[in-house]
Amino acid sequence: MSDITRDDVAHLARLARLAVTDDELDTFSRQIDAIVDTVSAVGDIPDDVPPTAQVVPQTNVLRPDATEPSLPREAALAGAPSAEEGRFRVPRILGEEL
Amino acid sequence: MSDTQRSGAGASGEELLSLDATELARRLHAREVSSVEVTRAHLERIEAVDGDGGGDGVHAFLHVDADGALAAAEVADRAIADGGPVSPLAGVPIAVKDNMTTTDMPTTCGSRILDGWRPPYDATVVGRLRAAGLVPLGKTNLDEFAMGSSTENSAFGPSRNPWDLTRIPGGSGGGSSAAVAAGEAPLALGSDTGGSIRQPGAVTGTVGVKPTYGTVSRFGLVAFSSSLDQIGPCGRSVLDAALLHEVIAGHDPRDQTSVDAPVPPVVEAALAGARGDLAGVRVGVVSEFAGEGYQPGVSAAFTDAVRVLGELGADVVEVSCPSFSYALPAYYLIAPSEASSNLARFDAMRYGLRVGDDGSRSTDDVMSLTREAGFGAEVKRRIMIGTHALSAGSYDALYGKAQKARTLIVRDFTAAFETCDVLVSPTTPTTAFRIGERIDDPLAMYLADLCTIPSNLAGNAAISVPCGTSADDGLPVGLQVMAPALADDRAYRVAAAYETARGESTGPRIPELRALEGSR
Amino acid sequence: MTAVVESAPYTVEEVCEHFDPVMGLEVHVELNTATKMFCGCANAFGAEPNTNVCPVCLGLPGSLPRLNGAAVESAIRIGLALNCRVRERSGFARKNYFYPDMPKNFQISQYEDPIVFDGYLDVPLDDGTTWRVEIERAHMEEDTGKSLHVGGATGRIHGADYSLLDYNRSGVPLIEIVTRPIIGAGVRAPEVARAYVTALRDVLRGLGVSDVRMDQGSMRCDANVSLMPKGTSTFGTRTETKNVNSLRSVERAVRYEMGRHAGVLLSGGAIRQETRHFDEQSGTTSPGRPKETFADYRFFPEPDLPPLEPSADWVESLRAGLPERPWERRARVQTEWGLSDEELRDLVNADALDLVADTVDAGAPPEAARSWWVSYLAQQANTAGVALTELAITPAQVARVVAMVAEGTLTNKLARQVVDGVLAGEGEPDEVVAGRGLAVVSDESALTAAVDEALAAQPAVAEKIKAGKTKAAGAIVGAVMKATRGQADAARVQELVLERCR
Ligand SMILES: [Mg+2]
Ligand SMILES: [Zn+2]
Repeated sequence: MSDITRDDVAHLARLARLAVTDDELDTFSRQIDAIVDTVSAVGDIPDDVPPTAQVVPQTNVLRPDATEPSLPREAALAGAPSAEEGRFRVPRILGEEL
Repeated sequence: MSDTQRSGAGASGEELLSLDATELARRLHAREVSSVEVTRAHLERIEAVDGDGGGDGVHAFLHVDADGALAAAEVADRAIADGGPVSPLAGVPIAVKDNMTTTDMPTTCGSRILDGWRPPYDATVVGRLRAAGLVPLGKTNLDEFAMGSSTENSAFGPSRNPWDLTRIPGGSGGGSSAAVAAGEAPLALGSDTGGSIRQPGAVTGTVGVKPTYGTVSRFGLVAFSSSLDQIGPCGRSVLDAALLHEVIAGHDPRDQTSVDAPVPPVVEAALAGARGDLAGVRVGVVSEFAGEGYQPGVSAAFTDAVRVLGELGADVVEVSCPSFSYALPAYYLIAPSEASSNLARFDAMRYGLRVGDDGSRSTDDVMSLTREAGFGAEVKRRIMIGTHALSAGSYDALYGKAQKARTLIVRDFTAAFETCDVLVSPTTPTTAFRIGERIDDPLAMYLADLCTIPSNLAGNAAISVPCGTSADDGLPVGLQVMAPALADDRAYRVAAAYETARGESTGPRIPELRALEGSR
Repeated sequence: MTAVVESAPYTVEEVCEHFDPVMGLEVHVELNTATKMFCGCANAFGAEPNTNVCPVCLGLPGSLPRLNGAAVESAIRIGLALNCRVRERSGFARKNYFYPDMPKNFQISQYEDPIVFDGYLDVPLDDGTTWRVEIERAHMEEDTGKSLHVGGATGRIHGADYSLLDYNRSGVPLIEIVTRPIIGAGVRAPEVARAYVTALRDVLRGLGVSDVRMDQGSMRCDANVSLMPKGTSTFGTRTETKNVNSLRSVERAVRYEMGRHAGVLLSGGAIRQETRHFDEQSGTTSPGRPKETFADYRFFPEPDLPPLEPSADWVESLRAGLPERPWERRARVQTEWGLSDEELRDLVNADALDLVADTVDAGAPPEAARSWWVSYLAQQANTAGVALTELAITPAQVARVVAMVAEGTLTNKLARQVVDGVLAGEGEPDEVVAGRGLAVVSDESALTAAVDEALAAQPAVAEKIKAGKTKAAGAIVGAVMKATRGQADAARVQELVLERCR
């Protein structure tokens, strides 16, 4: 019913930034296909049932617009794999300037 | 730990390990024993039985902070000696599941991807433990990012069930429950997304509670599935869990899903329940949680527990929750969907592991290589399933339908709670399975959470309390008591009444471990 | 990257012989709240890198967003000012995509249920008419961090060796205001685009919710443009031009894209759906990363934030607190100041309405205030190549100069010198007067002496005046003005000359 192929898994892995191996493509496509097949059972539910996204019994939870202390910069950068000039250093970005 | 630090308490040290937190707290407050002594006894116990993950120990802990614990114990002792007001659990040691942030210990979530990360902030619950004078011993093992039912998905090796070291201690919070069962900590914190406190509680013969969603702050809990995750207590008795529950629960403005309502009176309820009277309490047995797939010994133990509840005066009826059949599929869509988004931040840019940054590769490539190397198979599988469920082509058929399933499950609970005060079921269909038994069969693994998942989807409270052992394998069985949202006290009352009626202590699994100690 | 050679654009007139342009404008506005959207870090421009960051806006594991009430109020006020409806139940969603400037690799935004929707803005055009731009929605979201690209030739992203990230801007509250497709503007489409963004900026400035500085990025416009062949009603493929950093650029970018699309389409080509970048220097656009045709952002409801259900009372109290809207203000001042339609339009076009109104509020008569801003100050701004609002003089300072002229301390000519002094940074008007010694010589005896001296120096002229040829007084006045270095009141000098010759 679900038919998750190797190509599908390769596409999902790309979207999810996972450099999966060839072997993984085999294993994952088999497993994910079986899992998606099972969970597709929810498809029987009528469309007119309203969705529930969360079960929080409250609305309009707001924070006052008052400043709170930020982290010291050393603490902010402490876990960084690489840092330079007070900034997080990352590999070159491919893509558009935002 | 050096020999000079040893308490030399001998038998009395061992006795301390078998006490529940309530009794430890009584002795601490009566100054019959010091927190430093209690803490040292537990640190020694950890040293003796936890092993290093290589396969011969319980491996409940990923990190033990002996110095920090002893320092906190000294502070607690001084506070008690000063005679001022101290929290009921001041001086009692506790283990914390390693998906809650701590400034003085690493937080790994059982994953390589958080390699080397030291959070710059404490989780709200950790702050509350410290403020209440509890003594954090260390961080406990878990399935990577809490995804699993056995702790086998930990990047640092599985935890082992103190009842049988060849078996799983449940998951994802197997480390916390195993620590409590093995006498390594009298109390622990867990997190329950689909059963990760209750199912380990059941298979290790300990108590585990998933409080009502929103009643314990999630700030500082590394998110797996935000709309389902809930922190809760693990202990050796219902009253222990209730005492810890009251320390950690309560409104927190740092979590806007945190409920701004009074904490249900769970300690009072546990004390009331222990008096053994359930007259007039309407108990619903969920008829869907029986039959095929349920281990006979588990079903027998559960049936016997229901008989005990009836003897305590409860009105036992059978109720049907037909939409619970959608719970497992809905859960395995919603949780991976949210996880695929929550775990996107582990990208090698700001903290944790970075792989493949040789100066020539792009961020996209380094992200992909790091996530490939840093995540285990189950995490990758769930991220991809969630990515699939949310994508434009399958959203309506998968994620959207799972949300509708959630509505139906909420409705089933609402209807059932119109006629019942609490619902009961086995916590998990089987006792602890063997390590490795289901690791290659994700769907078989997922069945371990069959009975616990509905309460996560609906957000109500549920507790797992030991109900003896299965006749077929001698391993612990759990009784699950479910209560409506914000009526956690009802679950505590019924569980405490049952616990008292059964009478038998679940105490730490000392004999096996003594054998283990001898072999080391 | 190799330069992409574009076919020469058609003019808008040529374009509209064949096509009807369709525009959609998306404007991102940074709110000027004290703190960020979801945490208590300061929302401040220009701080040292990574000093306004915390676990929440760094997306650290375990952190949770906490919605800023002031940002929600600003969003509702913006909606009300744009004639929008406020949604009874709205909420946040996660927009999932990986980008290093976004610490969680998802943006908390609103998706199916923006807080305000279905509004419009009546936009004044140059010819005095009004164009109604329909607003589809305005929604709340969080800004990203900023990257600095290191290495490579240009400091741009392309060819850089690596990048450095500053997350101070991460989590700054944004309101994204999205128009419905703007159809039927024809050759005026570029003008409508500019006029809309201008009018929107004025509304937002009036609300005080944002600094609305396009040059600093606190207001950013993305222009979607497509063409449909005349006589059809199916939209063509659109492009989305980003990086449009000034009002003028909005107009230029739309004009360029119209011409470029027509060039491609008329030569039998097809427009690619893509984002494009506007180059301020050349006035052209160039392709960005082609959009993965349907970029799949996997939106789903944000589980960490409960829904918003603004009560009617809350909304009405916000409505009651709205300032006069720009078009309402325009109607009022036209009556109060007695302006013709043309005078009003000139004021609006010169972007001087607020400045004049503030000058009037500071005590100047409307006519004098208006005259200063639309003539002398407009010239100075033009010469300096800055916007009128960016001139280094405040309405209060202009009002002071006007007052000094009215009380006779300054002549108009001296007043201009005082204004020059203020613009040059010499201080308040009174300080410039003192510093440059510019006050009118109003000492009657000194003036009388100067007049007598001039008369004595030119006895022939004096005789003519005495003989009734009063026009001859001009020569004496000129001499007195020269002697006082222009600091005398020429009218008073004239009077004195005639008095002394009686
Ligand atoms: Mg946006
Ligand atoms: Zn922050």
